[in-house]
Amino acid sequence: MADVTITQKAAEPVSSAQMRRQMLKEFWFYFSENRGAVIGLFVFLFLVLVAVLAPVIAPHSPFEQYREAVLKPPVWAAGGSATYLLGTDPVGRDILSRLIYGAQYSLFVGLVVTTLSLISGIVVGLLAGYYRGWLDTIIMRLMDMILAVPSLLLALVLVTILGPGLNSAMIAIAVTLQPHFVRLTRAAVMAEKTRDYVTAARIAGASPFRLMFRTILPNCTAPLIVQATLSFSNAILDAAALGFLGMGAQPPTPEWGTMLAEAREFILRAWWVVTFPGLAILITVLAINLMGDGLRDALDPKLKRS
Amino acid sequence: MFGFLMRRLAVLIPTFIGVSIIAFSFIRLLPGDPVALLSGERVMSPERHAQISAQLGMDRPMVVQYFDYLGGVLTGDFGTSIVSKKPVLDQFLTLFPATVELSFCAIIIAIALGIPAGVIAAMKRGSIFDQGLMGIALVGYSMPIFWWGLLLIILFSGTLQWFPVSGRISLMFYFPQVTGFMLIDSLISGQKGAFSSALSHLALPSIVLATIPLAVIARQTRSAMLEVLSEDYVRTARAKGLSPFRVVGVHALRNAMIPVITTVGLQVGVMLAGAILTETIFSWPGIGKWILDSVFRRDYAVIQGGLLLIAAIIMTVNLIVDLLYGLINPRIRH
Repeated sequence: MADVTITQKAAEPVSSAQMRRQMLKEFWFYFSENRGAVIGLFVFLFLVLVAVLAPVIAPHSPFEQYREAVLKPPVWAAGGSATYLLGTDPVGRDILSRLIYGAQYSLFVGLVVTTLSLISGIVVGLLAGYYRGWLDTIIMRLMDMILAVPSLLLALVLVTILGPGLNSAMIAIAVTLQPHFVRLTRAAVMAEKTRDYVTAARIAGASPFRLMFRTILPNCTAPLIVQATLSFSNAILDAAALGFLGMGAQPPTPEWGTMLAEAREFILRAWWVVTFPGLAILITVLAINLMGDGLRDALDPKLKRS
Repeated sequence: MFGFLMRRLAVLIPTFIGVSIIAFSFIRLLPGDPVALLSGERVMSPERHAQISAQLGMDRPMVVQYFDYLGGVLTGDFGTSIVSKKPVLDQFLTLFPATVELSFCAIIIAIALGIPAGVIAAMKRGSIFDQGLMGIALVGYSMPIFWWGLLLIILFSGTLQWFPVSGRISLMFYFPQVTGFMLIDSLISGQKGAFSSALSHLALPSIVLATIPLAVIARQTRSAMLEVLSEDYVRTARAKGLSPFRVVGVHALRNAMIPVITTVGLQVGVMLAGAILTETIFSWPGIGKWILDSVFRRDYAVIQGGLLLIAAIIMTVNLIVDLLYGLINPRIRH
């Protein structure tokens, strides 16, 4: 994307702010062509808003147990009441309020895990791709080991060592997602390293640190952004799965996967306690994946030219 | 081809050794005394501790312990379950056919539906078909399968009562395990209704386990097809006046299948992770449920052995896929 902008504007000097605006405009042009991606973006922004405003918009406390209203169906079903719009769970907590607070946990997990795995993956990948040799070999064999074990199994094993809970779950999931960033960064660095602009920067006396992070890294961002979106949705799914298996967030945390685990024995009696938390996970993950598809189309120069 | 195989093995062996180090370290990284954890005895006198420690060989240097462990693994000794006191490998081999049967049915469903869906979507690019199919595929790809399984149970086992909730076969049937595969064993037994009972128990879990691989295969097939359809030789085939069916089915599909085969191979790992969730929901007595149960029972020896066995299986499958890939696509060998 960068080369296109530069050649177009080569005639007159452009400030970097102008160029950035131009790039952003171009990005939005391709992104907004994908209707699904725009829908995904809006749903995602809505979920962020819900998470931030949870204390304001939630009709009840997520922990308050209304003993007189245990397993109330949603408002439109027979026996439902407008006090509990999506019904109540087996101990009388308002499901809608728990779902609203649950958005905080899921988005937080996605953010923390993606940041952790992205940053560590980039650093390790840069080192491997830049220095090659024995360091590269050791790093890549380590990544192969992580990838040889199914992600959920590895996460389970790590959580067993670290002790169940949301923090352990986040660390464990970050470890399972990190190799993808390492591989992508390494491949991109190896492709970029021999380019003329890198050689020029090296001859100009740039330190290896500067070469890695300031010269090469900005030109490898496109695949990393796409992978980061994928990791965001994967992290939410895996954290919910661990919560469902009883190894993630612990009750009474209103985490969506944990809510499903608590509701499991009531599935044949009260469909709503199972349906809504899962639907919340699906909508969130779907919105992020829609965005990811749009990002991939907007950032992939190969697709753009066709 | 031989050189290619050797190069792949040169990468595979260090990886396996690495995973064995992880599995070996696992018990020693757990909070608490590994001797107590492995013996399952919570309170013990110093003498008893020393005795068990010597018995387990844990009083020796770490490096000696590791090579002892690796030596055991290479001769098929994956440790002994703390709870049942049975060898981990025996338990694994008893339960493994159940997981293979489930995964096999799931991958058949995923391939049988995913490849045609991808081909149709690519041929009708941009149409309502394409958008609809790829929309469904993205939903499948985003699906929390543990919830999907519960929904199917509510609908098909609860409301409609078409399929059973859990297990591999109705309790009415009893026959000896011959192959460990319920579909085959029920046929061998010759009991009336046994096969259909096994099949109906298999239906929901395999649909659940197939969901994500199906979505991935459909998306991959579509993009591989699109790439191939824009190639010159496809245009030539069209220009020659070949029927669209022949152009797609013979000329394009063959080349488009190359990346799809890799994708299918990679799904094995996804499946084994999915098996943990699917088998738990449907009480399917396979290795996924076994590992999770062992986590709850604190049977660390089983987790350790299971981890290594599963990693070994995935690495073997990936190797086979790589070799297949090298066979169909000679370019990759070099």
